[in-house]
Amino acid sequence: MKVLVPVKRVIDYNVKVRVRTDGSGVDLANVKMSMNPFDEIAVEEALRLRESGIASEIIAVSVGVRKAQLVLRTALAMGADRAIHIVTGDDPHVDVEPLAVAKILHRIVQQEQPGLVLMGKQAIDNDLNATGQMLAGLMACGQATFASELRVDDGQATATREVDGGLQVVQLTLPCVVTVDLRMNEPRYPSLPNIRKARRKPFAVHGPEDLGVDISPRLNILHTVEPPARKAGEILSTVDDLVAKLRDEAEVI
Amino acid sequence: MAVLLVAELNGSSLATDLTAKTICAARQLGSVTALCASEGCEEAAEEAGRLDGVDKVLVASDGRYGHQLAEPTAELIVALSSEFEHIVGPASTSAQNILPRVAALLDVMMISDITAVIDDNTFERPIYAGNAIQTVQSIDHHKVITVRTASYDAVGEGTPAPVVAIEPVADPGSSSWVEDRVAASDRPELTSARAVVSGGRGVGSHDDFELIEKLADKLGAAVGASRAAVDSGFAPNDWQVGQTGKVVAPDLYVAIGISGAIQHLAGMKDSKIIVAINKDGEAPIFQVADYGLVADLFTAVPELIDKLD
Repeated sequence: MKVLVPVKRVIDYNVKVRVRTDGSGVDLANVKMSMNPFDEIAVEEALRLRESGIASEIIAVSVGVRKAQLVLRTALAMGADRAIHIVTGDDPHVDVEPLAVAKILHRIVQQEQPGLVLMGKQAIDNDLNATGQMLAGLMACGQATFASELRVDDGQATATREVDGGLQVVQLTLPCVVTVDLRMNEPRYPSLPNIRKARRKPFAVHGPEDLGVDISPRLNILHTVEPPARKAGEILSTVDDLVAKLRDEAEVI
Repeated sequence: MAVLLVAELNGSSLATDLTAKTICAARQLGSVTALCASEGCEEAAEEAGRLDGVDKVLVASDGRYGHQLAEPTAELIVALSSEFEHIVGPASTSAQNILPRVAALLDVMMISDITAVIDDNTFERPIYAGNAIQTVQSIDHHKVITVRTASYDAVGEGTPAPVVAIEPVADPGSSSWVEDRVAASDRPELTSARAVVSGGRGVGSHDDFELIEKLADKLGAAVGASRAAVDSGFAPNDWQVGQTGKVVAPDLYVAIGISGAIQHLAGMKDSKIIVAINKDGEAPIFQVADYGLVADLFTAVPELIDKLD
C-alpha cells in the first residue's frame, strides 16, 4: 500500500511572528522556515507503517514556493521514498488556499492511487484546519481528523480522534484521509547518512497547470493587523494580596 | 439572506452554550435556520428553537447522524445548501470536522474560526496562533464558516421557532463509529465556564494535578492544561488550552505552573482577568497576567484554597 503524505513549509514553530505595519501581512522575508510540525508527525506515522510492513512506499508531496523543496528533502531524509513538488511561484507571502491544495492533492491521488493519505490536522500559519477534510470530500472517501492513534489492517483504518469531550474511535474503509494531532508520535530526526541518501531519491517537479488545477484564491485578504496587545499587570507579593485584588478590584470571586 | 446554522450536539442533547454563541454571530448574516442532526434529537431541536434569533429548526433524527460522523452529515448539509448562502457552525472539533468537507463538496473556500463579522462576505479571523488578525472577503457563492465562540456572548431565549422534521439522505458508508471515550464530569464545560484554572508542566505529576482540580472546584471553575501538561500525561487531551486545543475567554483564568508559550497564550489571552502563579519570575505568562504571584505553587495554591473560604 502506498501512503501519500502532504507536507507544508511554514514559519518555524519557535519564531516570533512580525506583522507588517502596512497591513499587508506577516513578514516572512529572512525568517526561519520549517516543515509544519503536524506534518512531521504524519511523516513519522507513515514511516512506522512501512516499518511494520503495512505501507510499501511513502510519497511526500508539497504545494508551495520553490524553496518548499527543502521540506520535501527533510521528509526524504526522515525516510520517505520519493517526493512530488507542485511549484506555485517564489513569493512566500502567497499562501495557496486549502481548496486549491486539496484539488491538487486529489489529482495526485488519482495518479498514484495511495491506500492512505496521512497529513497534519492544520498548518500553524493560516490555522485553517481544512485541507484534509476537503481532500476527503473530493475523494468521496472516509476521513478521521485530529487522530492520536492509528491502526491499519484488512483494508480498514481504525483511528482514535481527539474531540471536544474526550476521544472518539472511528473505522474507515481504505482509501481514506487521516489528519494527525500532536500526540500521535514523536517524529525522528534525520541522520546524516539519511540526509545524504535523500539527495539521490526520486524528486518530481510540476506546476499546478500540469495537473489542470486553478489555484486562484477565493478569499481576498483585505488586511492583516496585530491583535490588541495585553498589558502586563502587577506582581503581587502574597496570596492575601491576590485574594484582595480578585475580590475588591477585579470582582471576579 | 438565509443562514443554515449547524447546531452543536453531544449525542442527542444540545450543546446549548456553544450553539447560542454561534447564533450570536450567525444572526448578523441573515435569517437563521438551525439544523439538528443526530439520533433522538427531537428535544434538542425544540430547545434550539427557543434560542433567540432562530427562525426555524430542521431536525434530522436518524441513526446515521448519531455520532456526528463527517461523511453522512456533510451529505445532508450539501443537500440542504441550495436555500442558504451561509452555512455556519461553532469552531468545535465536530463542526470543524464536517464543514470543510461541505465546503469542498460545494467548491467553495472554508472560512475557519472567525472572530468578527464585518459584512455578509467579510470576516476577521486569527492566524499564526492569534499573533495576527486577518480580514478576509469571500467571493464564493456559499460562505462556509466556523465561529470562535469565545468571541461571542450566548443569545438568550426568544419566541419558540417552528421545528420541521426532514428526511435523512444516503450515507456514503465510508466510515463507522466504534466507541466514544468520554470522561463524565460535574465541572463546568471548559469553553463556556465563567472561570478556568489551568495547570502546566510545573505541576509535576498526574497526582499533583489534583491540586489544580481542588482550586477549580473551590472557584466553581473548569480545569484546563497546557500542552506540556497533557503531553506529560498529567491531564487528558480534552483539557488542553491553546492554538491546537481549546480557545477560552472566561472572566477569570488562573494559570498555575504554566510558562506561557505563544501556543498556550493563543488559547486564553482574551480572558478578562488573568492570574499567573509561577516560581520563575521571568516566565512569559507574567507579560499577559493582570495579577502575578512569583511563588512555589505547592505553597501558594493550598494557601489560596484556604483563603477562598
